[in-house]
Parts: sequence; structure tokens; C-alpha cells
Amino acid sequence: MKKARLLLKRTVPAVASAAAAALLLSGCGGASVNQVAAPAGATDAPCGAVNVALNAWVGYTANAAVYSYVAKNQLGCSVVQKDLNEQISWQGFASGEVDVIIENWGHDDLVKQYITDQKVAVDAGPTGNEGQIGWYVPPWMAEKYPDITDSKNLNKYASMFATSESGGKGQLLDGDPAFVTNDEALVKNLGLDYKVVFSGSEAALIQSFRTAEQNKTPLLGYFYEPQWFLSEVPLKKVSLPAWTPGCDSDAEKVACDYPTYTLNKIISKKFADSGSPAAKLAKGFKWTNEDQNAVATDIQGGMTPEAAAKKWVDAHQDVVTSWLK
Amino acid sequence: MMSTLVRDRSSVQPAPPAVKEPRRRPSRRTTLLAAAVVVWILGFLFLHGTSTLALPASELTDLHRSLNQFNAWVAANRADNPVFLYIFTPLRAAVDSVANLFTTIFAASSTGLRLPEIGWLGTVGLLGWIAFAVGNARVALLTVAVFTFFGLQGLFVEATYAFALVLTAVLLTLLVGIPLGVLAGIYGRVAKVITPVLDFMQTLPTFVYLAPLALIFLIGPASAVIATVIYAAPPVIRLTAHGIRAIPENTREASDSLGTTGLQRLLTLQLPMARRTIVMGINQSTMAALSMVTIAALIAAPGLGQVVVRALQSLDVGTAVNAGLSIVLLAIVLDRVTTAASRRAEPGAARNRRVSRKTRYLLLGVTLVLALAMVQLSRSMLWAAAFPKDLNIGPAIIQAVSSASQWMQNNLSLFTVSFREAVTTGILNPFQSLLTDTPFYILVAVIAIAAYALGGWKLAAITTACLGVIICLGLWSDSMVTLAGTLVATAVVMVLGIIFGVAMGRSERVDQILRPMLDAGQTMPAFVYLVPFLGLFGATRFTAIIAGIIYAAPVAIKITADGIAAISPTVVEAAISSGSTPWQVITKVQLPMARQTLALAANQGLIYVLAMVVVGALVGAGGLGYDVVAGFVQSTLFGKGLAAGLAIVFLGILLDRMTQAAAAAPLRKIPSSKTPAT
Repeated sequence: MKKARLLLKRTVPAVASAAAAALLLSGCGGASVNQVAAPAGATDAPCGAVNVALNAWVGYTANAAVYSYVAKNQLGCSVVQKDLNEQISWQGFASGEVDVIIENWGHDDLVKQYITDQKVAVDAGPTGNEGQIGWYVPPWMAEKYPDITDSKNLNKYASMFATSESGGKGQLLDGDPAFVTNDEALVKNLGLDYKVVFSGSEAALIQSFRTAEQNKTPLLGYFYEPQWFLSEVPLKKVSLPAWTPGCDSDAEKVACDYPTYTLNKIISKKFADSGSPAAKLAKGFKWTNEDQNAVATDIQGGMTPEAAAKKWVDAHQDVVTSWLK
Repeated sequence: MMSTLVRDRSSVQPAPPAVKEPRRRPSRRTTLLAAAVVVWILGFLFLHGTSTLALPASELTDLHRSLNQFNAWVAANRADNPVFLYIFTPLRAAVDSVANLFTTIFAASSTGLRLPEIGWLGTVGLLGWIAFAVGNARVALLTVAVFTFFGLQGLFVEATYAFALVLTAVLLTLLVGIPLGVLAGIYGRVAKVITPVLDFMQTLPTFVYLAPLALIFLIGPASAVIATVIYAAPPVIRLTAHGIRAIPENTREASDSLGTTGLQRLLTLQLPMARRTIVMGINQSTMAALSMVTIAALIAAPGLGQVVVRALQSLDVGTAVNAGLSIVLLAIVLDRVTTAASRRAEPGAARNRRVSRKTRYLLLGVTLVLALAMVQLSRSMLWAAAFPKDLNIGPAIIQAVSSASQWMQNNLSLFTVSFREAVTTGILNPFQSLLTDTPFYILVAVIAIAAYALGGWKLAAITTACLGVIICLGLWSDSMVTLAGTLVATAVVMVLGIIFGVAMGRSERVDQILRPMLDAGQTMPAFVYLVPFLGLFGATRFTAIIAGIIYAAPVAIKITADGIAAISPTVVEAAISSGSTPWQVITKVQLPMARQTLALAANQGLIYVLAMVVVGALVGAGGLGYDVVAGFVQSTLFGKGLAAGLAIVFLGILLDRMTQAAAAAPLRKIPSSKTPAT
């Protein structure tokens, strides 16, 4: 018991006095740098803080970087970027943890849940980017086996794509578990002799395609555009049976290609109604696939997202001005 | 990710009775085990590929669909259900305000420039002073050095965010954990109820409850703190209970004879006597909380975890290692300071001190003034509030690590890839197919027979029930994939455990060299070493197995080393003097005598490998881990992820009970169930 008393005797007063001192200083110390320095470059419209979800692919980072750069430097907002999974980000609308998702791919189920039913989020219009998901092969394969880009011929090449992971069948490499994918159902419903193997992330997918092109090894994988990597290695898309409206409505019976996605922005209802200039910016934000790829390539080349955004904004000030009107 | 799976139950069974039972017993067990193997192989050969209960990754069972409803239910009830109104929402608000308080003090306030109330200089001074006051000058210096180093790494803000959240989580953990532990220590009935719950809390992968927690408490610091508390509470509860129960009966009786009331006894006898064990529990819980930093980042907890997770997504090894280093350093500081604090209060510690009490108080006073001056400076001067940006060696570290890993990838990948292919096609695939292609009823029968042979009817019943649950969850095939990977990884872990454990047990010097490396292997967040392995081995099951091995091997090695070192030196000397070679000493004396310890090492190795199943799924492992991760990120797979988490728990129970039974002495008729219920 003496031990405990001793421990208490040492610890409690020490921590308590430190805490008291800290409180004293924060309470009546007066001078705090936080209060002394007013936010720099504040404009007439009050902006405050904007929470931007940061999803895990480079194209998204490019959009988010440019949006954040403009919000911060031209509107005087304080921007908080949060690394979040695509679907987890939507949960943040209700709590105010997330204000903006700056590049959204489809997700009808989430649109129904959060926009239609719960009414905590609103569609802030297209980003101007068109998204295409599909199956791709490295360019050397398309050159050597011209008919490989038709899904009807894939069974012929299945053995070539076999790996130690695919259990004797051909391997179809998929990306992050969060990505929109019908691939397992597609393989089954198109009668393909393939097995879907998940690589776990976009980065692993890119690395795999890069190695495949360098070493001229076979690879069939999930990929999508807009994507900066396509300017480094121009992957060739494999054509699946054409998409028709409604052909993918039953997730377990899909037998057609992915639709062309009109990528859009989703912002929280509260944020949209707040009249914040940053909400206006989110609604106005619109550019092209080329713009996004340019910024994304810079980021991937080692530039910080902020510097890459600055470079693009400086060169396209007229576009940015049109967003703010 | 689960670096501290403290289980104070002792799995080491008492030695078998000296009287030998008739010879038939062991042979009967062997016959049964052999029969099980024969049934398995025949079933595999003749019924190959039938009734395998395979379920493709994107398909769901009705159970999964109904679990999906949870999501919609929460959304529909959040606003008006009393459970939310009176329990969850206030709880979230309370946790949030505590977390906010610490975040505002140390990391960033929500006003102005988002600078903390106490800038970096103040933080360094204040924390250094606290370390000095509760510990000694040495840990104070360590604290100051490490927190300054965070700044040099360019990660001061991230590190203080992580520190603030860990602090919040540990405080709440102690608030809940110590009273619960005391109750469990005093009342056996409470312990009986609480133990399976704690087992469940420690085996359920954190990913599984992360998604439901985020649904209920919304993403952000509150959910992250609550998830951390769930994960970090069991060690302190178990160890507090253990400490109180371990007080000798006669001491208690002596106290009772003086007529103390229950509360008096608790305050004057039980708590003080259990203090050492409780402090150990606090220490373990702190480490567990720290290991959640990266996982919590997935639901938007700010701090170092975010840096690591982002680096994994872009395969940026350098950045991941830089942030991982910060986490390890933070762990070292918290560990050393809590240890020093407990040592300071040991009886007699004051007598051995070099400085007198008076001098010490004087020193404390002077340093406090200094620390407060630093706090004041950091509140008024910008240079002391935000760490100077030009004093940044972070990019240098990142650059160095990146180029080293690039070199490894360029020069070793040919070797590593062929090694991977050899292991995968030679061992992993045949073994996995043996598990996944055998009809499920054959495998259930085989496992039940083996369980009966190892532990009698009771164990057979438990294992069959576990397998039954897994089948009902609709995830049999995925469970077998996971089981295959887990067993292969555990086999390697045991080989490493024996090789290095024997070396460490036999030589003090080897022990000294290896131990810090083992500690680092356990504290470094798994996410960090996943990145270089992804570069070396690609996204495959093999990479996941390696990650599991790195995480589990230190435990197995440490346990084995302790077992070998504990063998009485006279026995070893006797063997040497009778002319045994070192090899004979190891194989004929030390390993057989450490048999119980080896079994314990295997048991812990298995549990630790299983804890990594979900993390492994981030680099290409399939099976249950993938289901859990996919359930976390795809709302349509939510129910399946939940089911997969439960399947991991039941797989864990099954493996734990089987290895414990195997660890029991071979001659015993009925292996005792878990020794003293915690």
C-alpha cells in the first residue's frame, strides 16, 4: 500500500500541477498566436472550414488538389483533407465530417441511401470527366495477339494468363476492393475460364501492368480512364458485350460491359445550403479528362499535389474564374 | 496490428503424473489421428471437388443480405430511437469532447491558423517535465529527444494528433478497464462472464467492428477512440483481475482478521498489492492503443496512421517507413515512461537515489518554471508554435529508404518472384486444395476425430460446433483458404521460433542482439512493411503470409527462448559431462524439456498469424480477410464482411482449443480444459 501511495503521491500532483499550469496559461495567458494572427488573405465572403474527402486514386487526388488550392488561395477557406475510403466518405455527410466528394463514380446504392432517403447529400453536378471501366491488356499483347481485345476470344488465351494464384484458370487481376466491379459475375455469365484475383489497391494494379509491359509478360486486368498511367503505358481495352440501359441492374446476372460514367461531385446538404463560396466552387468545378491527367501525371512524377494544382491553376486562370461566377 | 494479445491464462499444463498409464493410451490416440488422415486423403481422392461450399467473392447468402439490413436500420433509427438518443449520441459527444480537448491542446485548435494551444516547444517542455516528475531524468531526456525528432521528421502535427488520440483512448480504457478488472478479480462469477467476452474482443478483427462503429458513431475521432478502447481494454482488465486474484490467501485472511470492510480491504490491501500487475496492464493497453493508430485512420482518425495508409495506397515505401518510425518511437517513449513511473514508487527506491528529496523538489520546481516558460513562448511566438519547416530531415529519410527499397526491388525481384512461385506452387497450392477441394462433411469428420483424439468428447463437440457455425455463416470455402494460409505461416513461425529461440535461450549475447529487433517487429505497424513486400513479392497470398510471419515470429521466438533459458543448468551440464554434443543437448535435452513451452509458442503463433489475416487481405490474400476488407468498403458486402469476421473468431476458437489440447501431456486421459478461469 505504501507503493501505491508513493506512486499516487508522485504522479497526481505532477500531472495536476502541469495541467493546472497549462490551463492557466491557456485561460489568461492572453497572447496566443492563434488569436494574434488572423487568417491570411481572407476575402469579403466568409468561408470557414471545408472538409474534403480524399479517396485513394491519383485522378481523385488531382481533382481534390485543384479544388483545395482554389478554395484556400482564392476564397480564403481553411481546407481539411481527409483520407477516406470511397464508400466510408459518404457516411461523413451526416456528421459534418465530410463536405465534399470531388469525384464520384456511380454508386447507385449510396445515391439512394444518402441523397434520396436520408437527404444528407446533394449532387453538385458533373466534373466534366467521363469515366470508363473495363478490362485491359498491356500494349505488347494487343500487338502480338490482335484478336485478344475481343472478350469472345479470351478463353483461347486463358492458359497464357494462368498464375500460381488463379488455380489453373486464367487470371483476371482486379484492383482495390472498394472499386466498382462486376468482374466475378461477368466471368461466370460470359462463360470465361478465368478467376478474379484481387490485388488490393490501385498502386498494385499499376505496378503489375508496368512490370507486364516491361518484361513482356501476359496480364489481363481491371482498369479505367481517366487515368494518368494510360499516358505512360497505353493499355488496350478488351471489348465486352455492349452496354445497354438496364443490362447491369441485377448484380449477379450481369453479362455486359460497364457503362460510361458521368463523374460528378457530391456535397453535403448542410454545406450546399450554407452559402459558403466553397460550396459554389464545388458546384462550378468542371474540367476535362486531359486537364485531370495533366495534374495527375505531375503528382505521380513527384510534384506535391499542391504544386501540381498551382501549376495548372496558373495556366488556366480563366477556367477557374468561370467556376467562381 | 494486434501487438499485444495478452492472455494471462497459462496454457502450460502441469507435468503428467509420474505414474505411467498402460501403454495403450498413446497408441489409441495415434491410431485415431492416423485414421483421420486416411479418411481425409480418401475423401480428397474420391470425392474431390464435390460439396466444397464455394461462394464467389461477390455473391451473398440470405444471411449476409439480412445482415446488410443493419446498415439501413441504423440510418432509419439514428434520429429517434431511444438507444441512439440517450446512449450512443451522448456517448459520442462525450468522447468527442475529450478527444477534442487533447487535440486542441497538442495538435491543432479550430481557430485562426489551426495551431495548437501549446505549440511544439511547449509540448516538448511540458511532456519532458511530466516524464521527469513521474519517472527520471533519463526518460525525460528521451521524451524531449523523441518529440523533437518528430519535428525534424516533418511529422510533428501528425505525431501530436496520434498522441492526443492515444491519450484519450488510454484514459477511457483505464476508466472502464480498472473497475471491471477489480470486479472480475474479486467475484469469480464476474470473471466467468467476462472472460469469453474478452476473448471475443481480442479475436474479432478490428476491421469487422470498424464499419458498424463508423455507422453508429459516424466517422471521425469518436469512433476511432471507441474502436481503440474496445481493442485496448482486455489486457488491463485481465491483468488487474489477475493481480488481485494472485494475492496470497493468508495475506487476505490476516487483513480480514483485523476486521476490515470490503472497500477498506480493496483500497488498503488488494489494489496496492496488485499495483505492479495493474501497471503492467496499463502498459500493455497503451501499446495496444498505439497499434490501432493505423487502423483507426481508415475511419478518418487524423495523425500518423493517415500518412502510413496513404503511403500504402501509393506504394511509397519511404514515407511509410518515416511515419512508421514515429509510431515505434512514440511506443518506446510511452513504454519507458510508464515503466519508470512504476519503478519510482517501488519500496526502497527512494533510499537508493543519488539526489536527496530536497534537491529533487528544487530541481522539479526549477524545471517546471522552465517548462512553463516554454509553454508561454510557444503560445506567443510563431516559431515556437509551429515546428520550423526548414529544419526538416524527413525528405532525406524518405529519399534514402525509397532508393534502398528501389534497389532491392530491382536487384532481388527475380529471386524473390521465383522463390514465391516455388513456395506457392510447391506447398501452398497443394495444401490449400487439400482443404478447399475435400467435401466439407469429410473435413468436419476428420477434424472431429482429431479433436476427440486430442481432447476427448468435449473438444470434439466444441470443434464441431465451431465448424457448424462457419458453415451456417456461408463461408466454409473462404475459411479453408484462410486456414491453409494460417497453418503454412504458423509452420514457418515455429521453425523460426525454434531456430532463434534456441539460439537466444543458449546465449545471453544473441538474446541481447535479437531482442530489440523482435520488439521493433512487434511495434512497427504491419502496414509499413507491407509496402516493401508488395514491391518484392507482388500482390499475392504469399506476401500476406510473410506479413503474418513477421508479426507472429517475435512472440514465438521470445516464448521459446524463455522456455529454453528456464531449463535448469544442472540438467544441461549433466548432459554435457556425459559426453553429449551441442546438437544432442539441443535435440535430446533442451527441446524435449521445453515441449510445453513450444506448444504455447505454437498456440500464440497461430493466434497472432490469425490476427494478421485481415491486414494480409490488403496485399492480395483471399479468403476471410478479403471478405472483411470488402465488407468494410462496399456497402453491399457489409453483411458478408460481418459474417467473415465472426468466422475468423470461430476459426480462432477452434485452433486455440485444438493446440491447447495438443499441448497437454500426451499420456493424460482427459486434458483439462482451460486452467483457472480468468
